[in-house]
Amino acid sequence: MIGAPFRFVFVLWTSVLLSFSALRGADADLPDPMSPRRLVNDFAGLLAPEQRQALERKLVDFDRETSTQIAVATVSDLGDYAPSDFAQRLHDKWGIGHEGKNNGILVLVKPSQPGSRGEVYISVGYGLEGVVPDITAGRIIDNEMLPAFRDGDLYGGIDRGTDVLMRLTRGEFTAEEYNDRADGGAAVVMLLVVLLFVGLSFFNRRNGRRGGNGGSSAGGWFPPIFMGGGGSHGGGFGGGGFGGFGGGLSGGGGAGRSW
Amino acid sequence: MKRKSLIVLAVVVVAAIGIFSWFKGSYNAMVQRSETVQAQLGNVENQYQRRADLIPNLVNTVKGYASHEQNTLTEVVNARAKATQVHIDIDDAEAMARFNQAQGELSSALSRLMAISESYPDLKANQNFRDLQTQLEGTENRIAVERRKFNEEARAFNTYIKMFPRNLLAGMFGFQPMAYFEAQEGARTAPEVQF
Repeated sequence: MIGAPFRFVFVLWTSVLLSFSALRGADADLPDPMSPRRLVNDFAGLLAPEQRQALERKLVDFDRETSTQIAVATVSDLGDYAPSDFAQRLHDKWGIGHEGKNNGILVLVKPSQPGSRGEVYISVGYGLEGVVPDITAGRIIDNEMLPAFRDGDLYGGIDRGTDVLMRLTRGEFTAEEYNDRADGGAAVVMLLVVLLFVGLSFFNRRNGRRGGNGGSSAGGWFPPIFMGGGGSHGGGFGGGGFGGFGGGLSGGGGAGRSW
Repeated sequence: MKRKSLIVLAVVVVAAIGIFSWFKGSYNAMVQRSETVQAQLGNVENQYQRRADLIPNLVNTVKGYASHEQNTLTEVVNARAKATQVHIDIDDAEAMARFNQAQGELSSALSRLMAISESYPDLKANQNFRDLQTQLEGTENRIAVERRKFNEEARAFNTYIKMFPRNLLAGMFGFQPMAYFEAQEGARTAPEVQF
């Protein structure tokens, strides 16, 4: 008598566990982030070590400065996934960006190989969809990345693409301004950017003379370098101290192209 | 004698408190999970709405270059009108199927529309059209993602309320299992837009 309900519960539990493992199975074929933790995960080995380090340092500094996480992943195979699907699932699996803010961006690159086209996808977290709309993500690929990719310069394309993404998310210019520039309004925007820089450096100098800020803004963007932190990972790597992904989510925002 | 009845009373009180807190915990968890599913449903609906909002602009742009394709254009407009009239009701699997059907028809009408652009180089080169294409593609991605996330939440909720002994409670308070978004053919890979 007592056995029957127990068996019932047992069967239910097993089915629940199975369904969970099935859920997890959906993402199991996606790569895990490399260890030690880093923002540039070059699975396909497209970057020279010094290129990888330069990119890593740039992105880690940017993460520290703004808390926006821009990650780069290169893979040689997308499996059965469409590029958008692969990028979005990887974005969520790794949790790029910070929880609640969802301020992460994933730049996914699959190089062109004999018999398969190259794919590039910029996946934008929920929190940045307003700053980097799909159209803008598409134009960044069109204008900054694809020309270099077609010349075989993968590092140059990724470097330039992430530069624009950084400047957009930092608010140096808006998506509309970038789109206009891509349309040919280059001169106007250049002028604006130059004016902005002049204004900024003037502002910095004035602040510097006042001398109240200590080290926080002196020398522009020099983040304090601290190694390790909690000691959860010994010492770090290269520039040191990427703290790991923060659990940010994405909802399919962004754009991709083939080449 | 008196001591004995006190013990009985204490046991009854403890049991009552235990049952009450179990009721409370389970009920509140069900409410919370059901709210999460509803919120996720809202996300799905938003993305469908976003797609519907893109269409007039898209149709107008295409019209300027490919006025011969009146049939395809009309199909899209009609499918959109139909799709915006059907609303989601997750407690009703049939209504859900109708919604899926209508949105699916809109999807295929749209992909036919995008396909004709291949024979109009001027249209393909038009920046406005390319932007709309990118947005449409992004919206299709978002629909797929939000649907998947909805299904995951709904599955978690359904599993929760079907578990013994919570299923008794769920039946008592009228919590129904929620319907899923069935996968459409080709839904796993978003429509590919080539440039």
